[in-house]
Amino acid sequence: MKNTVFLGTLTVAGLCAAAASAATLDDVKARGNLNCGVTTGLTGFAAPDANGVWEGFDVDVCRAVAAAIFGDKNAVQFVPTTGETRFTALSSGEIDLLARNTTWTMSRDTDLSFDFIGVNYYDGQGFMVPKNLGVTSAKDLDGATVCIQTGTTTELNLADYFRANNISYEPVPIQTNAEAQQQYLAGACDVYTTDASGLAATRATFEAPADHVLLPEIISKEPLGPLVRHGDNEWGDLTMWVLNALIAAEELGITSANIADMSAAPTNNPEVNRILGTEGELGAMIGLENDWAKNAIMAGGNYGEIFERNIGENTPIGLARGLNAQWTEGGLLYAPPFR
Amino acid sequence: MSDTDSQVTNAYFRETMLAQQTPPVTETGAIKWLRENLFPTWLNGIMTIVALYAIWFILSHIGPWFLNGIWDAQSLSECREIRDATLGPDASAACFAVISDRWQQLVFGFYPQSAYWRPTLAFFLMLAGLAPVLFGAIPRRWLTASMLTPFVIYFLLWGGSVWVPAFIALGFVVGGLTARVLGRLNQMVALIGTVLIVGLYWAFIAVPLANAVHSILPIGIMAIPSSEFGGFMLSVVIGMAAIILSLPLGIVLALARASDLFLVNKLAIGFIEIIRGVPLIVWLFTASLLLNYFLPPGTNFDLTLRVIIMVTLFSAAYIAEVVRGGLAAVPKGQYEGADSLGLDYWQSMRLIVLPQALKISIPGIVNTFIGLFKDTTLVVFIGLLDPLGLTNSIRASTDWNGIYWELYVFIGLMFFIACYAMGRYSMYLERKLQRENR
Repeated sequence: MKNTVFLGTLTVAGLCAAAASAATLDDVKARGNLNCGVTTGLTGFAAPDANGVWEGFDVDVCRAVAAAIFGDKNAVQFVPTTGETRFTALSSGEIDLLARNTTWTMSRDTDLSFDFIGVNYYDGQGFMVPKNLGVTSAKDLDGATVCIQTGTTTELNLADYFRANNISYEPVPIQTNAEAQQQYLAGACDVYTTDASGLAATRATFEAPADHVLLPEIISKEPLGPLVRHGDNEWGDLTMWVLNALIAAEELGITSANIADMSAAPTNNPEVNRILGTEGELGAMIGLENDWAKNAIMAGGNYGEIFERNIGENTPIGLARGLNAQWTEGGLLYAPPFR
Repeated sequence: MSDTDSQVTNAYFRETMLAQQTPPVTETGAIKWLRENLFPTWLNGIMTIVALYAIWFILSHIGPWFLNGIWDAQSLSECREIRDATLGPDASAACFAVISDRWQQLVFGFYPQSAYWRPTLAFFLMLAGLAPVLFGAIPRRWLTASMLTPFVIYFLLWGGSVWVPAFIALGFVVGGLTARVLGRLNQMVALIGTVLIVGLYWAFIAVPLANAVHSILPIGIMAIPSSEFGGFMLSVVIGMAAIILSLPLGIVLALARASDLFLVNKLAIGFIEIIRGVPLIVWLFTASLLLNYFLPPGTNFDLTLRVIIMVTLFSAAYIAEVVRGGLAAVPKGQYEGADSLGLDYWQSMRLIVLPQALKISIPGIVNTFIGLFKDTTLVVFIGLLDPLGLTNSIRASTDWNGIYWELYVFIGLMFFIACYAMGRYSMYLERKLQRENR
């Protein structure tokens, strides 16, 4: 009897879930804000400031989507998620968009029923060693002790890489990045390995950052991107094109400084006009006003500006564009045409 | 006479008192104390020296770090600059500036700054409401006011319409009246009827009625969703709510487990054993992840409330076991005496058995509460930003990345104060009840 009730509730809940997830955009509009999942705190990518205002590279993606929908970059409810809760929060509908530096993998895209809407940061696993160790390549690390977070893909990547190169190492398992920093600085391990962006952020906090070097080898592909639930293609399209608009804006030279002028009257570049809504009806195709992209870009600037402000070379984190440069400059960013 | 006597020299007795001498140095003052307490034997002496060395070692490392603490800086690198300028680069100095920079966040989380007065007022109301419960010297009639404080606190923290908590509180009045009316018929009818009517009232009448009244007479303050709660405020909200709710629930469960009624007894055993047999972190994941799948999306059942419910159930199971121990320790004669006086079950429990059982259980109950309060930090694993969760967020800002001990020391100190106060209260209560019992 109890079981039947329980299963019945589950079925009803499941049906409701299927019915409700059909039109995320309508739900978001009715609610008046976007529920965006972020990390509970990752340097440069998402963190609250002293006043509790979230900022960071991933946060700006959320803000751009909110601005595209509402014209208000603050119409976002940030939901801090952990590595364990992030996927359930998204699939249960607690959040509409997950921008939590999540690696795009096949199983997450298919088996977990999500859709990655693009890549906002191309990362890869790297190594950091103290300079006085005299190591210049990961291939020299034979017999080294390596600080590694357990239960992550980094652990598997490391094992694969060292086995492929036939070198031995001794892992020092650790739980969190904070613990890793302490262990590494205390000399419990020779090498610390995690995503290259994380290594750079970590090194920036050291008392003497110059005493540590990042090795040139990047041993894995970690395309980090925002994702949405599978099954609501309209919502997926909307978020994907907001991200594309930010990338295209940099390519076309639309910045937060000149966007007011450029959107005031049609320019002589038709694609810029189509993005900014002074020409064509692209906004209607994703169910938004025609100034959607203009609002999204005004929220935090184009992709390049967002990058520079949060993690770029002038911040303490100091990441170079590398793979994250425009395709015209040797990077991988390549937004499809707006037409 | 006496003169001549005194001049007799006698080898066998002394005629005058010796002047009082100071006791030997080893038997007086600090040296005696040291000898008796620190160096009574060789072994103890060695242990004392080792212990003193250990204390000195710890203090000499922590002391300068603590005393050199820098309280006024905007970032960790600025802290390091100040230290280099004033103490030299090799000195160890804590950077407590992170606490002065972020203490509001550590205390209130993301609560809007313009509304900080609300949790502050709620905190003092909580203390005021607890006082009559905790200390017998305060007149009993204040207890009525204490019963109202949870609703006022809910209103202050969550905001919104004043009528929602008001009409929910009214449910207790409805329940009291029903119990009185039905009580004239039969106890069992009264119990079932009250639970049924109050349940129906809360489920279907209270909130629509509150909304209706609100549309006529809108009184309220800005509603603040509990996702804005954080820091110590979140710990205290979860901890206190769970403490206050789990005690009555735990007592009921303990009585149910000691009951002769087959169904009641087995249900209580099942509930207690299942809840107690699974780690709290699993229940928290259940609250945060599984319930989302069961509830239709869009209902958006407040995560903080879900956590409060789970923590309450968890601690109620422990309280039930502690109280059951107390019930078992009350001599059988007390139960029989109550029966022979013609008291019914509830009267005998209320007047004879429970007061004695609860008195015995005080240390265990407070122990459970202390554990519960500290366990609230586990919510960090489901993405709620309690003080420990905030340490990660604070570290994630480029200003404070790389700061550890200062935050943990501060948070540890705050938890210590709360838990130590609870422990002292428990000892006070034991002493007081001991005296009355003599």
